[in-house]
Amino acid sequence: MSKHSITIEINGESFTQEVDSRKLLIHFLRDDLALTGTHIGCDTSSCGACTILLNGKSIKACTFFAVQANNQKIETIEGVEQGGQLHPLQEGFHQEHGLQCGFCTPGMIMRGKELLEKNPNPTEEEIRWGISGNLCRCTGYSNIIKSIQYAANKLNEKQEEAA
Amino acid sequence: MIMCKTSKEIGGMGHSLKRKEDARFIRGLGKYTDDVQLPGMLYMDIARSPFAYAKIKSIDKSAAMEIPGVLAVITGEDLKQYNLHWMPTLMSDTQMVLPTDTVMYQAQEVAAVIATDRYIAADAVQALENSIEYEQMKPLIDPHKALDADAPLLRPDKEGRTDNHIWHWQTGDQEATEQAFDEADVVVKEQVYIPRIHVASIETCGCVASYEKAEGKLTVWMTTQAPHAIRTVIALVAGHVGLSEERIRVISPDIGGGFGGKVPVYPGYVIAIAASFLIGKPVKWIEDRSENLQADSFARDYHMTVELASTKEGKMTGLRIKTLADHGYTDAAANPSKFPSGLFSIVTGSYDIPTAFTEMDAVYTNKPPGGVAYRCSFRVTEAVHAIERITDVLAQKLGRDPADLRFQNFIQKDQFPYRSALGWEYDSGDYAPALRKAMDMVGYEELRKEQAEKRARGELMGIGISSFTEIVGAGPSKDFDILGIKMFDSAEVRIHPTGKAIARFGTKSQGQGHETTYAQILAEELGIPAMHIQIEEGDTDTAPYGLGTYASRSTPTAGAAAAKAAHKIRDKARKIAAYLLEVSEEDLEWEPGKFFVKGAPERSKTIQDIAFAAYTNHPQGMEAGLEATHYYDPPNLTFPFGSYICVMDIDPKTAEMKIRRFVAIDDCGNIINPMIVTGQIHGGLAMGIAPAMYEELIYDDDGNILNGTFMDYLLPTSVETPNWETGHTITPSPHHPLGAKGVAESPTVGAPPAVANAVVDALSHLGVTHVDIPVTPFKVWKILKEKGVIS
Ligand code: FES
Ligand code: FES
Repeated sequence: MSKHSITIEINGESFTQEVDSRKLLIHFLRDDLALTGTHIGCDTSSCGACTILLNGKSIKACTFFAVQANNQKIETIEGVEQGGQLHPLQEGFHQEHGLQCGFCTPGMIMRGKELLEKNPNPTEEEIRWGISGNLCRCTGYSNIIKSIQYAANKLNEKQEEAA
Repeated sequence: MIMCKTSKEIGGMGHSLKRKEDARFIRGLGKYTDDVQLPGMLYMDIARSPFAYAKIKSIDKSAAMEIPGVLAVITGEDLKQYNLHWMPTLMSDTQMVLPTDTVMYQAQEVAAVIATDRYIAADAVQALENSIEYEQMKPLIDPHKALDADAPLLRPDKEGRTDNHIWHWQTGDQEATEQAFDEADVVVKEQVYIPRIHVASIETCGCVASYEKAEGKLTVWMTTQAPHAIRTVIALVAGHVGLSEERIRVISPDIGGGFGGKVPVYPGYVIAIAASFLIGKPVKWIEDRSENLQADSFARDYHMTVELASTKEGKMTGLRIKTLADHGYTDAAANPSKFPSGLFSIVTGSYDIPTAFTEMDAVYTNKPPGGVAYRCSFRVTEAVHAIERITDVLAQKLGRDPADLRFQNFIQKDQFPYRSALGWEYDSGDYAPALRKAMDMVGYEELRKEQAEKRARGELMGIGISSFTEIVGAGPSKDFDILGIKMFDSAEVRIHPTGKAIARFGTKSQGQGHETTYAQILAEELGIPAMHIQIEEGDTDTAPYGLGTYASRSTPTAGAAAAKAAHKIRDKARKIAAYLLEVSEEDLEWEPGKFFVKGAPERSKTIQDIAFAAYTNHPQGMEAGLEATHYYDPPNLTFPFGSYICVMDIDPKTAEMKIRRFVAIDDCGNIINPMIVTGQIHGGLAMGIAPAMYEELIYDDDGNILNGTFMDYLLPTSVETPNWETGHTITPSPHHPLGAKGVAESPTVGAPPAVANAVVDALSHLGVTHVDIPVTPFKVWKILKEKGVIS
């Protein structure tokens, strides 16, 4: 098994480490860096529990090698709260009861983040399709949609304030 | 209208308090079993059988053992030395931990590997799987053939057993039922199959077992809904090797969904515990998704023949059901001991049916064991599907509107408490208003008009009703136990000197929000703000003994225990208040948060004053402190109910189906937290349409599972799921201290027949009377083709 030294920026911090070429990114994050907020629900890209952002784009870390992330920027759920301020998505999930067991939640929030960055005013239909790669077994999705809408409104308000 | 007795600050019952547990989950700081990492921790992985039925000829460990980093390969023979190769199931059947000679289903555990790293363990499993020789045998897959003379005898290990019949169970008055059918004007009959499905919580199962030799103490973090019962089971099964109960600690950390699938003991847990015990290091085992779907307990798998008798005016007069239950190779259902088919006898449902008879035979096949719930209280979904489906079949036969027929046959409000033909005493109910409310909300009359117009144009739409009655909250301990342990539940409440509190419970939340709702119950009863009440569950070293969370039993049992413990605390608080105010106890009156002197409300002591005094200034002769424990044994179960209406559009060319509307009116008695209850109903509805339209574990004739991954076992996504429209009626439970009933499973139970009835309703003019769930586009397409709708 060949080893590779990789350097990845994760939540604004740079990590350099030796990894096996076959190590999956999800295991690198969870086992090596103890960033256990990103979860594993299937390992076949089907559930979205492992969703993170790679250079701002959501990917499923269970089917991505750690070495592929070399010299790239990663954001995980642990990096979403900034300066003690919850992100509007985190607030939205809490306010709208968008989570129950919480297992899918980090993936949903990361996916929601990219969704809102690309489309700040999504329709319900667009949100439904937007999170269709993320499974939730607990909530029946309605409140997840509301949580993302809550965040969209909040982000737009902030934008207006800033303008 | 939900009334609140407490202020928002106190946050007692009826307030939509935001959940306390969210704080960690939205930050990715939940602590699930797979998040536990211990120094020196080893990884376990499992080699599984490629065949459904085969003799193991040999297992060669050497190739696996040669891989650097592999510490051990564990086989059935190894476990046999400690008499740990078999274990009891919750139904007093037996299940292999690891086989010594025969494998009984595809994906069964055959041997385990312990290694320093999960990748090495996976390598070793591959090497090991290539080094196991089998002799294949023809498996028994079709349960209908299980009792044939030429069927293989699957369990020769069971003394005295000569066939694959596990048990027969029957209830009701057979003779009277036969007479009702003989005398009936109308009889309808359908074969109804409730397919084998899987709960598929997004977190799979697993554990971290850590045995510390020096202290002889075993700690197991595991994905279990019933940590206390598991501790006892471990002590009973492994007592002989020196694991005794006071030195076993089971911790059920955050759980990523349970739904019944995390009640049983799986072989993986036992092997990991044995491995840690033998090696003396922590061992982690987390199954992957395909292992979870292919080997963990299934749910349902009931083949039912359902018959309903009635007068020509539509008055139901008798119900008769015969069921064949496919249990796989062992009965590993998770039912109370005395109820091998769970609470199936709720099958007379919401209707006043004078007589009923149901019988059931369970058989072995070469499929994985199980028979757990799928977010339902012990086989209630099967029962509700049977009665709600056959009610529609009767309506169709009589040319009656299905809503109308239901109104005619509902148990009436003044009949409660109502004793059903199969012996249950329904605590309370008022069915007609719930159905009427659902019809108003959905606009029933207009929909029927629309349907008629569409039909005339060759378009297909259906309206499906389900008016279910649930039975939850096991249970009165005279009838309900699991492996002999009575199904009470517990609460232990301590008030701190500053008037804040901690409370611990024998249940275990898997997303239901206990940290919030239990705090609200205590806030209601003690007037201490819910925000200041810490709730803990899941650690057997600290929490009081309880039977855990499943079958919607937490609110009916542990919730009641919380209220009762709070009452004990209030009794003592009254004494302290009387002492402090220098009046007699009888002169005091309680309002949430304080005692005051009757007629002089300005003379009062708050619960906080009293708590402080309990530790600083309590009456002479009284024990210090302010705490109480209560083990609650419910006098009866609770019977939540509701009416659901599903509106379904079907494309007459492709048979593509779309749920246009789904209206759900639920009645779960008094509501603790409306936001959480609505959330539970949403989730349950999604898990209701899932088996109705998408989910089924499918096996071929050789016992190969055809859809054992998330790529082909279809959970509904946000796209298939409609926007739920929910509402309530409130009929309190007369015997529960808070008037509450369980709720989280009503929607899973009530939704499938609403969906199936909608589809059949859309096709009824073609002469279709029944379609088995899941009602897939392919099934409907075939019907449309057969009926000439599609050429
Ligand atoms: S764990 Fe990556 S998609 Fe399921
Ligand atoms: S909240 Fe449990 S899976 Fe989504």
